[in-house]
Amino acid sequence: MPADDKYTYPPGDERTYIGRRMGRVDGTAKSTGHAKYTYDYNPKGVLYGAFVRSPYAHARITNIDTSEAEKVPGVKAVEIVQKPGSEIHWAGDEVVAIAAVDEPTVRDAVRAVKVEYEQLPHLVIDSQEPPHNIPPDTSPFGLDDLQDMARNQVPTAQMVKEINERGITFKPEEAPLDRMPPDIANAVKSAKQKPAEKKPPTWYKPAAAETQGDADAAFKAPDMVISEGVYGLPVIVHCCLETHGAVSEWTDSDHLLTHVSTQYVSGIPGQMAEVVGIPAANIRQVQENIGGGFGSKFGPDRWGIYSAKLSKKAGGAPVKMMLSRAEELEVAGCRPSAYARVRVAAKKDGTLTAWDSFGWGTGGPGGGGSPPIPYLIRDRVPNYRIQWTAVVNNIGPARAWRAPNHPQACLITMAALDDLAHKLGMNPLEFFKKNIELTGPRANIYIDEFPVADALMGWSKRWHPRGDKTSRSIKQGLGMSMHTWGGRGHQSECDLTIQPDGSVTIKMGTQDLGTGTRTAILAVAADTLGLTPQQITLLYGDTRYPMSGGSGGSTTIGGVSSTTLRASVDARDALFAKVAPALGSTSEQLEAVKGQVRVKGQASKALSWKEACAKMGAVPINAHGKNLGGRDPLMNSGVGGVQMADVSVDTETGIVRINKMVAVQDCGLIVSLETAESQCYGALIMGISYALFEEKVMDPTSGRMLNPNMEFYRLAGIGDIGELVVHMMVNKYDSRGVIGLGEPPVVSPGAAISNAVANAIGVRVPMLPLTPARVLAALGAQKGENA
Amino acid sequence: MIAVEGQEVAVHGPGPVPLTLSVNGKRFNAELEPRVTLLDALREHFDVTGPKRVCDRGECGACTVLIDNRLVYSCTTLAIESQGKEIVTAEGLGGGERPHPVQSAFVNNDAQQCGFCTPGFTVATKSFLDRNPHSNDAEIAHGLAGNLCRCGTYRGIHGVVAQMTGREPKGNAGTTMIAARAAASPKGDA
Repeated sequence: MPADDKYTYPPGDERTYIGRRMGRVDGTAKSTGHAKYTYDYNPKGVLYGAFVRSPYAHARITNIDTSEAEKVPGVKAVEIVQKPGSEIHWAGDEVVAIAAVDEPTVRDAVRAVKVEYEQLPHLVIDSQEPPHNIPPDTSPFGLDDLQDMARNQVPTAQMVKEINERGITFKPEEAPLDRMPPDIANAVKSAKQKPAEKKPPTWYKPAAAETQGDADAAFKAPDMVISEGVYGLPVIVHCCLETHGAVSEWTDSDHLLTHVSTQYVSGIPGQMAEVVGIPAANIRQVQENIGGGFGSKFGPDRWGIYSAKLSKKAGGAPVKMMLSRAEELEVAGCRPSAYARVRVAAKKDGTLTAWDSFGWGTGGPGGGGSPPIPYLIRDRVPNYRIQWTAVVNNIGPARAWRAPNHPQACLITMAALDDLAHKLGMNPLEFFKKNIELTGPRANIYIDEFPVADALMGWSKRWHPRGDKTSRSIKQGLGMSMHTWGGRGHQSECDLTIQPDGSVTIKMGTQDLGTGTRTAILAVAADTLGLTPQQITLLYGDTRYPMSGGSGGSTTIGGVSSTTLRASVDARDALFAKVAPALGSTSEQLEAVKGQVRVKGQASKALSWKEACAKMGAVPINAHGKNLGGRDPLMNSGVGGVQMADVSVDTETGIVRINKMVAVQDCGLIVSLETAESQCYGALIMGISYALFEEKVMDPTSGRMLNPNMEFYRLAGIGDIGELVVHMMVNKYDSRGVIGLGEPPVVSPGAAISNAVANAIGVRVPMLPLTPARVLAALGAQKGENA
Repeated sequence: MIAVEGQEVAVHGPGPVPLTLSVNGKRFNAELEPRVTLLDALREHFDVTGPKRVCDRGECGACTVLIDNRLVYSCTTLAIESQGKEIVTAEGLGGGERPHPVQSAFVNNDAQQCGFCTPGFTVATKSFLDRNPHSNDAEIAHGLAGNLCRCGTYRGIHGVVAQMTGREPKGNAGTTMIAARAAASPKGDA
């Protein structure tokens, strides 16, 4: 479309900020402690909110008595969250909400509430292999089933398939069709309506096996090399440093001002309106900074809603409801577990022919979706059978965790393939190269990235076959992995205003999770207008500004960059039209560079930005930017990345140390190079953390989390990371447009580190995290086999 | 005052008691219960919100401040015992309106993402550098182990220490990465 040609990112040699290391624009505010987060709002007269929570993992509430709590001096509001008769599905679930004048008082009041429960049987362990002979559930869907699937991020295609095959027990109009992805809404509308079937409660929800080709025949074919193993990783938690929470106040009887710590500023009013009882238009959400989300902070949650309800009851006084660290780890987010028994086969030359897996894992009360196994190659492995059983348990509800389902699928697949490469006697790098066409459309990206990763790690020079044969007790090894992610930009809008005095303002209702969103927006606007980022004011994080999508699924950078570019181009061209007569030229002949508006190729015919803007008269220029959603050519989907790990393993203590990690990453056109690199460094470190340390440890007897604090839920520290090398594939794939980066680099570290440990010690440690106990157990089992 | 083993001991509380703190060169007065931590006094009563409440039990370092130039976790320090001492938070580290050079180095090395651990980390790093002006990696691993980050900014913090001590940063900070890139790609793609 020629009319759209003007909306293009400037070519490489005309970029001053796009794709350069321009420095984080909000860096000083953060490092000096002046940046304000939800937790930092202290409005006058603020009350403190807290919840009474269920101590049981599975129970029915039989009685609630709040009378003593209401008598505690300083208590201003009490709200029942779940009435008697309600069934509790995880320990820590909210039962009563209270607001009081200060934190000690609200804690006293929480203790004074008497709740009686009827305890029910619970299950909080998920690592044991479920029975293989449970038939898949073919009964029609109720509304609850549908909600469970949505909450567990079951892929749209799978949901559509199951809705079509199984039918529904409700009328389509009873479902929130307008809030569902269109494909699912259409499936619901056209689904067969059936009577509800009474289902016995079950811990296991197997899905129908998915097959391609003939897996059984392929494994029996002559001269096959077959590798078998069990691989898995447990539930981990998000552990955002700023706990989930909100500060809400009624500015008058029907207007709510709320500060929810959220990854989706624009989406908060719509999610709160119905439960709070006012139109979404009367709700204003404001957030300057957010202290981590990683996928766990999209909705207002109970704390958002009850901060508003308690505020209403307390006459509109602001109510601050921030979770404690223990609450954060127990209820505010977990990543589903995944385990699988895998068989995989290749011809002797390394050609992969067949995959067979029986997998299971939990996303809490809903069971959870299945990870895309075998990762990267699913569509093209000639023969496979994939079985998955969701474990329905009482560990608490899953939330999206950076690259939902991908780290799990990646670990299971890449570990199985690495074991197969070992059985074939092949260097894994050669094995992956041999089968790279199975990765489909992104094969060329991996082919480009392999030599870069190889050179940065010294893989080809340093790799040894499995098992460090030196006599030292500390063994060294290398491992690698590959990953992908979609990352197409979300829908986004903004207003860009140029004032007659030359000042420029952008308003966009987005959020910056620390990924560098502000920096990227200003880079695009500055390069388009020929200004410096310091000359542009960015107003964001407020529902008074144009809507911008939620920051999840690596969708933000594509969304905000395309929107900013469109607004900047339109505003600049409107300015050119006003300035052209003064320069004796036409607007098509003008350019905005280095703080000037000038005639192309005639440096003498130029006005400074300020002089040019003065020609506007008294009326400011406003351009509304709105990207074209999924079909916007300024953004794209689908990236490739390769990672390698170098580890040392002490075979006497079982301790794994990271020596070095290399990440080679593509994300199309890179908008903000420095913050993109920081995303990758951060992902490597987060990956080291879940590979070596992180696990939500549950007590089977009490049904409670045993490590809801930062001493026993360990995060990687500065001494745990080794040397990190990040290489962005700059200027290589610019023509694809901008693609998101938040998720992809966090997918591979677990697999790369697990493979490196196997390479070092000569045996697979089947489960993450690779704790000393697990490493020693794997070494012990190997010794037993060899004895 | 009560007598304990013959000595007179001052008794505070349990109700609110008058209290004066000196924070970043300014004096703050309040009536607080003796059980209130320094962290909560700073954040909730004096609106000094650079120190963050993250673990609230001395595990993560997000609440790190200096008391008489000594590094402490303000979540495990009582406000009442911090009287008569100079308390410095990230906001006051530079001694005025300007950021401390360590804080500027955090920006230069992009040693922050969401930024919630950052104020505490800048205070801890400044103090670490005062004590270890020629630090090596092992000293960093030990000396800065008391602060945790979830976004994963440690590589940048290594860069901060390297910059402040005039060392070459380890790994691929800036130029070394470009060199590695040139080596990896004969034509160069930068």
